[in-house]
Amino acid sequence: MGKPKTIIEKIWEKHIVHQEEGKPDLLYIDLHLVHEVTSPQAFEGLRMKGRTVRRPDRTFATMDHNVPTIHRNVIKDQVSKTQMDTLKNNCEEFNVPLADIHHPDQGIVHVIGPELGLTQPGKTIVCGDSHTSTHGAFGALAFGIGTSEVEHVLATQTLWQAKPKTLNVKVNGELGTGVTAKDLILAIIGKYGVRFGTGYVIEYTGEAIRSLSMEGRMTICNMSIEAGARAGLISPDDTTVEFLRGKRHAPQGEAFVTAATEWKSLATDEGATYDAIVEINADEVEPQVTWGTNPSMCIPISASIPSPEDAKTANGKDEIKRALEYMGLEANQPISTVSIEHVFIGSCTNSRLSDLRRASEIIKGRKVNPAVTAIVVPGSHSVKAAAEKEGIDVIFKQAGFEWREAGCSMCLAMNDDVVPPGERCASTSNRNFEGRQGTGARTHLVSPEMAAAAAIEGHFVDVRKLGVPTT
Amino acid sequence: MEPIRKHSGLVYPLNRDNIDTDQIIPKQFLKRISRQGFGQFLFFNWRFESDGTPREDFSLNDPTYKEASILVSGENFGCGSSREHAPWALQDYGFKVIIASSFADIFYNNCTKNGILPVKLTDEETQMLIDRSESGPYTITVDLENKCVYGSDDFKATFDLPDYQREMLLNGWDEIAVTLTHDEKIEQFELQRQT
Repeated sequence: MGKPKTIIEKIWEKHIVHQEEGKPDLLYIDLHLVHEVTSPQAFEGLRMKGRTVRRPDRTFATMDHNVPTIHRNVIKDQVSKTQMDTLKNNCEEFNVPLADIHHPDQGIVHVIGPELGLTQPGKTIVCGDSHTSTHGAFGALAFGIGTSEVEHVLATQTLWQAKPKTLNVKVNGELGTGVTAKDLILAIIGKYGVRFGTGYVIEYTGEAIRSLSMEGRMTICNMSIEAGARAGLISPDDTTVEFLRGKRHAPQGEAFVTAATEWKSLATDEGATYDAIVEINADEVEPQVTWGTNPSMCIPISASIPSPEDAKTANGKDEIKRALEYMGLEANQPISTVSIEHVFIGSCTNSRLSDLRRASEIIKGRKVNPAVTAIVVPGSHSVKAAAEKEGIDVIFKQAGFEWREAGCSMCLAMNDDVVPPGERCASTSNRNFEGRQGTGARTHLVSPEMAAAAAIEGHFVDVRKLGVPTT
Repeated sequence: MEPIRKHSGLVYPLNRDNIDTDQIIPKQFLKRISRQGFGQFLFFNWRFESDGTPREDFSLNDPTYKEASILVSGENFGCGSSREHAPWALQDYGFKVIIASSFADIFYNNCTKNGILPVKLTDEETQMLIDRSESGPYTITVDLENKCVYGSDDFKATFDLPDYQREMLLNGWDEIAVTLTHDEKIEQFELQRQT
């Protein structure tokens, strides 16, 4: 028996192409996901130097960031259209498989990767998008890269990477009824801040993590970047294996059995050590709502908004003051008294079938508050189709929600799904930065259940008061 | 990419922590398909009113900093989205060096791929630079070869960055060309995995 290793070390070692003193390692990339916003300059770079895409078979492209979610046949925004057409042309020219806006596999890149079984344990996965960390839920080493690195991966299928430090986020106990993976990751970031993960790859462990579905695990890993970590992952187990069984790009038959054994062997060894560890008790986590302009500015639904006086540093005080001003909120105001005008259920954090299903259970038989405009944007075409098969769309529509086509939509408002200046949105997305959902828009991050409850009440409310289904 | 060895320039202080890339370049400007022309959109929502007039309360609009080429900020500069449009916008606007108490990982990498020098100094050192540049025009020199920063006064600090990134920046290398010299190894790696 060698030294016990973390899954991070195991995946790293299996992907080293070249090692040299004083240099980062040259790491092989198994899967490169591509979308319309961060790729045009990379393809152009290849063209200028007469380079090709080394492994089109390890590359997969889709359109998600600026696709409209209604009236898709005629794209009104010409600049967006140019960007989509550019991706289409680039994929044709370089032989890269593409799920374009009308393709049945189209969707948010971090939703379709797992859905198609492209995402698998042990893989190194990159994409020109910081939420690539989502794929870590499968025990893959997945991280976001910039456009220069996109070009580098297209040309070489590798990246120069310094071995990251490892950080164990250990979640003890179990989440209570009505408390979700979203609340847990927000509570972790609320407790430890937006930069505790910088320079690290996070491995999430503990009972509460093991009990989560793959969708819940994706929500957790998705927001690793909001803690500063480029990647966050969870060791594969039976839940991982069962999710992948039968997926189109997963191994089939006998090969699946072999792969499953191999996947599970990647799990962190008993006794392996990390460079750092933080802990949180899941039993103590309540449904969360962000009040400010970064994801660590978050509080339990029962709490009141902090005051600049609560911060320890001058910059910290200033940050709270500016956030309150931008958000149009008062210090010490109970968050449950804050009313909203918009609800967005969607994004790579919370737009999967189970997210929509759970939100619909809250919505069922109720009506959206007349002061609220509420939209549901499924994460992919497949999610939309599956939800419609279950009648989830009908529940949302009868309650007064709009039911849209798949894309990133109001998470970053690059398409027409924009929150107007000064208006407030309960959003299941991942970033509450200034202007994220529209210039002057005020974003509050919540779980799908909490968003559904806010849609009905017109203000934030503890979803557990509305009666949460226990299954 | 253009090599950067030593740079002297005017300091622009932006005394905030956690400046995310959505602030550096808001999403509505990410639809362009070229790398050029993003400088006009830098810090757009902080720089301009909704009708396009410059906001007086944002210091980058202060004529004192018009020629600034070195930005100094607090902790976690460049957090959030991986958009390389952020360093493109900073560079196109005229910034060659970004000094901060700490950087987000992806942003830091993105800078080094574009010939922008990210310099990590201690909280005390960045605060000193911020204080001095807030009280009037203040020029410093950043020397990548010797990994040090010195002011037009007594300010002096040293910094570190990984050798690999230092070499890249000093020489302005095309990283892909460097990697392709290892082409055989990549091929070997792929072959080995098939068996």
